Amino acid sequence: MKTRTPANVTKFATGIQGFDEITNGGLPRGRTTLVMGGAGCGKTVFALQSLVNAAHIAKEASVFVAFEESTQQIIANAATFGWDLPALVKKKLFFLDARLSPDVVKAGEFDLAGLLSLLQAKATELHAKRIVFDGIDVLLGLLDDPVAERREIYRLRDWLAQTGLTATITQKVGSNEADQRYSFLQFMVDCVVVLRHQVVEGSAFRNLRVMKYRGSDFAGDEFPVSVTAEGMQLTNRGPRELTYEVSDQRVSSGLPRLDHMLNGGYHRGSNVLISGAPGTAKSTLSGLFAAAACKRGDRTLYVSFDEGAAQIVRNLRSVNIQLAPHLKSGLLRMYSTRTRGPNVEDQFGALRDKVREHRPECLIIDPLSALSTKLSHLASADAAQQFLDFLKGEGITVVNTSLMEGLSTDEATATGISTIADTWIHLSYIVQDGERNRALTIVKSRGTGHSNQVRELTLSNDGVSLTDVFIAQGKVLMGVARWEWEQEETAAAKRTKVALELKRLQLQLAQAEAAARLQVVHTEMEARSAEIALLADATGTASRLLKTDRAVLRKMRHADAEILAGSRRVERPGTPITSGRGAS
Amino acid sequence: MAKARARTTGLRLRLYIAGQAPNSVRAVANVRAICDEHFASGHELEIVDLFKHPERGLADSIIVTPTLLKLAPLPAQRVIGSLSDTTQLLMALSAK
Repeated sequence: MKTRTPANVTKFATGIQGFDEITNGGLPRGRTTLVMGGAGCGKTVFALQSLVNAAHIAKEASVFVAFEESTQQIIANAATFGWDLPALVKKKLFFLDARLSPDVVKAGEFDLAGLLSLLQAKATELHAKRIVFDGIDVLLGLLDDPVAERREIYRLRDWLAQTGLTATITQKVGSNEADQRYSFLQFMVDCVVVLRHQVVEGSAFRNLRVMKYRGSDFAGDEFPVSVTAEGMQLTNRGPRELTYEVSDQRVSSGLPRLDHMLNGGYHRGSNVLISGAPGTAKSTLSGLFAAAACKRGDRTLYVSFDEGAAQIVRNLRSVNIQLAPHLKSGLLRMYSTRTRGPNVEDQFGALRDKVREHRPECLIIDPLSALSTKLSHLASADAAQQFLDFLKGEGITVVNTSLMEGLSTDEATATGISTIADTWIHLSYIVQDGERNRALTIVKSRGTGHSNQVRELTLSNDGVSLTDVFIAQGKVLMGVARWEWEQEETAAAKRTKVALELKRLQLQLAQAEAAARLQVVHTEMEARSAEIALLADATGTASRLLKTDRAVLRKMRHADAEILAGSRRVERPGTPITSGRGAS
Repeated sequence: MAKARARTTGLRLRLYIAGQAPNSVRAVANVRAICDEHFASGHELEIVDLFKHPERGLADSIIVTPTLLKLAPLPAQRVIGSLSDTTQLLMALSAK
């Protein structure tokens, strides 16, 4: 979808969302476009919407020539769209009822020359720039002659070329591809748009395809179309760059423990998928999120399928989630609808309208998989993705639930929701010991650390809470089993504590004994030291006595010389004996 | 535009044409011939050229040309085409 439009092709926007994108601007100005398709494809809506857009945006007048329906019928049919046709009819939009009454007598050949001159006069009067011929096949059928048909179509083409009007011709074709009766129309015009209506597994789909566009690039795929209160729109699935604003802000899931598991809650603007079997409290988690969002002051939209708003509010009240005050304040809007709608695209279209109307910051779709039978079809899975994509672009935090029995990735991948979901929480039942308990797991969460542990989800009159689960002998314990385990754990802890205290006391005793023993040894040491000192002292005294004895002995022997010296020595023992301890 | 007036049968016709378009030229000739032949005693024929008076075509919801309106006597009738199918035309004009 590059913009490589030759300068000579200028375009005007149809106001049909998506169509203007795939054609790089809309229909060719001053040229003719053929819109073909079976009954009920939206040909008239397509043609009319572009005129209404011209009147509203460009303030340009147009002429609408209706060969098949009366003006009143068309205006009545379009009343569901917010186009305010009656007001436009007065000034900007001229309807010509060009039906031939059935009792017209045909007596010879006729042509469109008169009609065209009449239209030219009207177009000039209104300064109209656009013209629609709705149901040209009806007119051609009247001619009932291939030569005449061709002649009148060429007359029309020449007239259009001469007036310079931008024209849209709609043509009804059978579903049969071999229906090539008016195929020359396709060669004559500059742009051909094919609308298709098909039924897949009981669900209706409308598709649009640009078959030909002279002098311009276009996306030639078939695009799903939805017709909603705002008119026709394409849910463009062409390649598109993903450029969302991302936020680091976290919003609470409404369950503090879950916020903790997600390191702070959901990312604002992210897409949260809550999957699980029936009754696993998917709606309860959604309700919690809604209540938390409203409490924060976020505008919130709660979309439910096949379950009325009043019932949801009542059910949530039973687990102490109060939505009623927020409904009253207008912060919360609830929208309940049936799964079986006219068309998946239309359903998502209607949701889009609701979103534009309420402008929520948080959105709950419960359950998105209500459309699961439809989602099995590629086109509607596409529609779901496109819708979620759109919400992401708007920065809306989305919680959607999905009915899923097992944690089968096949199932989730088939719907394609899992890939677009930023956070995926799976709820399941774990049945053991005659109990069925709810388990919560975070399958994935982009951009946030998250717990890998299974938690038990319990609901009561007081509200919702998450509890740790125990793993014992390779089994996850929940419910009564968990309670028993918890009791046992507490008792075991108590036993351990007592045992430890006992041990501590015993050790203290042993320590005291050791200390006492140490004291005894110390005392003993001192006693020994004293003994040793005493012994040394005794030894010193003994040797002195020995010397004295020797001197006495010499004296007795009368050794003269020695006597002198010896007398000096004798004086020495006069020094105190106590000092003798150091010499020992 | 040629107008022929007569009051005896009260037949009032209005023929819408588109200038000199072949079908229109043929229709004018055909309607005149029929009137002269079958309603010579009295008829009123008005010929309106949409090239000159397109607004009148709108008033009568003219889609194709030529279109012949039988305004009186009632019931009103509308005949389209070059009016070369004389049988169809006569049936329509004498329908009561």
